[in-house]
Amino acid sequence: MPEYTLRLRRYDPETGEAPHYEDFKVELEGHRSVLEAILQVRNEQDGSIGVRCSCRAAICGSCGVRTNGKAGLACHTHLDAAAKNSKHGENVIVVEPMGNMPIIKDLIVDMEEVHWKKIRRVTPWLVAKEPVPEREYIVPHAAMVDVTQTMACIQCGACVSDCMTMEMDPLFVGPAALAKAYRFVGDPRDAEQGQRLKDLSEDPHGIYDCTHCFQCIEACPKGVAPMSQIMRLRRRAGSDFHIDDRNNGHRHEMAFIKNIRKNGLLHEADLLPDSYGGKFHPRAVPELLSSLPVVLRALKTGKVTVKKALLHEHKASPEIKRIFDTVENREVRLEYNLYISGNEDDLADDPADTTGGTATATLAPPVVEAPAVEAPAEPAAVETPVEPAPVAEPAAEIDTEAPAEGEPTEGDTQ
Amino acid sequence: MPSHDVLIIGAGLAGQRAALAAAEKGATVAIISKVHPVRSHSVAAAGGINAALNAEDSWESHAFDTVKGSDYLGDQAAIEVMCKEAPDEILWLEHAGVTFHRNDVGQLGTRAFGGASQARTYYVADITGQAILHVLYEQLMKHHEQIDRYEEWFTTELLLDDSGNCVGAVCRNIRDGQLQIFNAKSVILASGGAGQAFSPTTNALICTGDGIAQAYQIGAPLMDMEMIQYHPTTLAENGFLITEGARGEGAHLYNALGERFMEKYAPNKLELASRDVVSRAEQTEILEGRGFPDGTIALDITKVPRKRTLEALREIVNIGRDFAGVDITREPIHIKPGMHYIMGGVKTDVDGQTPINGLYAAGEVACVSVHGGNRLGANSLLDTLIFGRRSGEHAADQALSKAMPSTSHSKIADTQRKFDSILNRATGGRRISEIKNELGETMNRYAAVYRDQAGLETAHEIIRRLKEEAAVAAIDDKGTVFNQDLLGAVELEYMLDVSECIVVGAKERKESRGAQFRTDFPERNDAEWLKHIDVSRNGDDAPSVTYSPVSITQWEPQERTY
Repeated sequence: MPEYTLRLRRYDPETGEAPHYEDFKVELEGHRSVLEAILQVRNEQDGSIGVRCSCRAAICGSCGVRTNGKAGLACHTHLDAAAKNSKHGENVIVVEPMGNMPIIKDLIVDMEEVHWKKIRRVTPWLVAKEPVPEREYIVPHAAMVDVTQTMACIQCGACVSDCMTMEMDPLFVGPAALAKAYRFVGDPRDAEQGQRLKDLSEDPHGIYDCTHCFQCIEACPKGVAPMSQIMRLRRRAGSDFHIDDRNNGHRHEMAFIKNIRKNGLLHEADLLPDSYGGKFHPRAVPELLSSLPVVLRALKTGKVTVKKALLHEHKASPEIKRIFDTVENREVRLEYNLYISGNEDDLADDPADTTGGTATATLAPPVVEAPAVEAPAEPAAVETPVEPAPVAEPAAEIDTEAPAEGEPTEGDTQ
Repeated sequence: MPSHDVLIIGAGLAGQRAALAAAEKGATVAIISKVHPVRSHSVAAAGGINAALNAEDSWESHAFDTVKGSDYLGDQAAIEVMCKEAPDEILWLEHAGVTFHRNDVGQLGTRAFGGASQARTYYVADITGQAILHVLYEQLMKHHEQIDRYEEWFTTELLLDDSGNCVGAVCRNIRDGQLQIFNAKSVILASGGAGQAFSPTTNALICTGDGIAQAYQIGAPLMDMEMIQYHPTTLAENGFLITEGARGEGAHLYNALGERFMEKYAPNKLELASRDVVSRAEQTEILEGRGFPDGTIALDITKVPRKRTLEALREIVNIGRDFAGVDITREPIHIKPGMHYIMGGVKTDVDGQTPINGLYAAGEVACVSVHGGNRLGANSLLDTLIFGRRSGEHAADQALSKAMPSTSHSKIADTQRKFDSILNRATGGRRISEIKNELGETMNRYAAVYRDQAGLETAHEIIRRLKEEAAVAAIDDKGTVFNQDLLGAVELEYMLDVSECIVVGAKERKESRGAQFRTDFPERNDAEWLKHIDVSRNGDDAPSVTYSPVSITQWEPQERTY
């Protein structure tokens, strides 16, 4: 049986001793988990090691730690895989408490102080649509499957730990809480989707604070893909509810799209003014002025030339335009969802799936709030490579009522 | 000292549901848990929750299936209450936000489950417990003004006043070691089961029988303790659960000869016979040499369409991949029966009241008894919610007409002395973990699917010895902040008490019924044993045994075949 060195970060607030690393030897098979190794050490060598754990099977979310610098569940990290990624020597596995949260003792962090406060920030309960039906709400199968991906979140805090935005902006609502927000925004039974989106769009630490670093997707042990949920919140806010947020978040995204569609490459000189509604928009003027020092520095270092800034040297190829046309002409937006389509790498070798292993997008739940969207297309009409989940019956209660109720006007009018 | 109308110990489904029900009645509520509420073991319930909600189904049918599943040891009056109230509970959950699976017209959809004559299991993929637990916690956050949450507080003992009423508990803040008396007019135990007394088990490390032992220590009788459910599909290496939902969706069981052996044991229901029947069948195949070399049976989920598996059984896809290296959508996974659930517990009535005034129990810690000799899959979530709610309502009603009791602070000093004595134990004895491992192996060997008198006697002797060893086992951690070592020593004592009650009950029942199969008494014997076995504390000696009748309303015991 292989021998591993478990290098644990120790900290006990009662001793006055500074945090330090302590090495323990464990003999376990490589497919056993880091948690099993920690527990073996605790059981046989040092009972004072602090680590939260309970189910051992990646369900309860207790044992979030950083293994070799990456957050995840200790019970969900195999020793051999951890050792392979180690930069600390052969079979040396470094286990530390999660980041972005205060440390209480050894591997135990204060989840309440950061994670749970942020969860409470997003009104984390269903605000049930009135009237509450006598029986169940009639909602599309696909909508429930869709929010199941965020219901799969076990609140382990791994995404919070490794969120790079939160490192820079501790007030960022963060990946876990925003995924939780999507769980309600995506739920056709919720009465406050518009208000939720408005709130999280306007908050300078809300959905537009995310910098797309993908760390939360990497860290999440349950495939919740928090960043994808944040992007879906943005699409809902900007495209479906037409929320014109004061962070310029939506306009900034639209500026990117316009830019790429036109140039094929990012053209920074247009991006900034377009993000504020165009070069001559009153809103853009102060922003452009305030960014002059940056522009001058860029000119000085040669990063930008006057020619590059003013002329559009590169034009988008027809292929790029075709991508935009295809996506934008879909009647129903396709969204990625694990519960419908399985693992990303699952499909490649399945003879039933003829997708080449990349297209994992599936039907988004029928967009209930946008009156502009026609009744959801028949599944067959959607160019989705995997068999789409059934779509709502047009007669479904929520679907027919929703456009009137959920119309994104209330918080939206200036 | 914190004082509340209702104090709830444990924050899984039963505890949280009780808290919400008591708050709705206008009571002030404290809910205490040794882990954060969403870490509670209810989170691991996978397959779903039963209710006769479809027009073509009836509560009588659900009740009969439950009675039959219990091998006629379940109390029929209590089962009727549970099954009648089940549909409203599902709708309450749905309105609170649970994302239940829908059928193609958008209504609640069901899946098939073991021992049921109808598909009446409502579910969220195979994370039903998690989905419900998290929604209840959402509601706790919403109702924070009435419900005080004490997260990561460890209850050390229940408090009785001079007249024998339960008036609160002593608890330790795990974060800083501070002891606190929680005063309450009513106390609801909702602290779950005791699976960690067995090794392996599907149960989480926190399932150490705390509440069962605490109630036992203050004199509450425990009932049906011998009834331990072995789940038919647990991973061989680590005991992890593969949901019954897999068989509900169409998976088959095969022995090493490739035979679908359930055809022999349950020709009608096959893999969806009740759990005791399937586990016994598997164990028989294994003992008679038709298992795989590693002592397992094959569960073939490839029978289920792959897309359906990925949507509805995603969690076990993950568990297979991460903990057994098997892609269950492409190849069978090897399983065997494993300890899963304790049907017995603190004896209660249908309002959760124990024989001790002011003390309630709900969920796995309790025994109403709705599960009798064998619990049906997807009835445990229902049990936690129905009797959690009923306990909460009843406890609140009672509390609102009572004065707040006062408790002497001297109790804190007593508890502190107990902790200090553990901290000061001399090294040299066995380690806590060694004792726990021996207990787990002992229980899994002698109190498992097949039992006999000699084995149970051996188990009892071992437990008595382990109790002595545990009383002097030293610990390493002498601190106050998150001293999990110290709490582990206390939990070990709880598990030993519970184990002794299990073994005493199993020795007592000289017949085979439900989960208890005695090779020395292989038949069910209604004439002598259609009754509950109650065990109560008897000082430091082995528990004393009494009997109580089984409630039979409309279903006379029959021969049980599937």
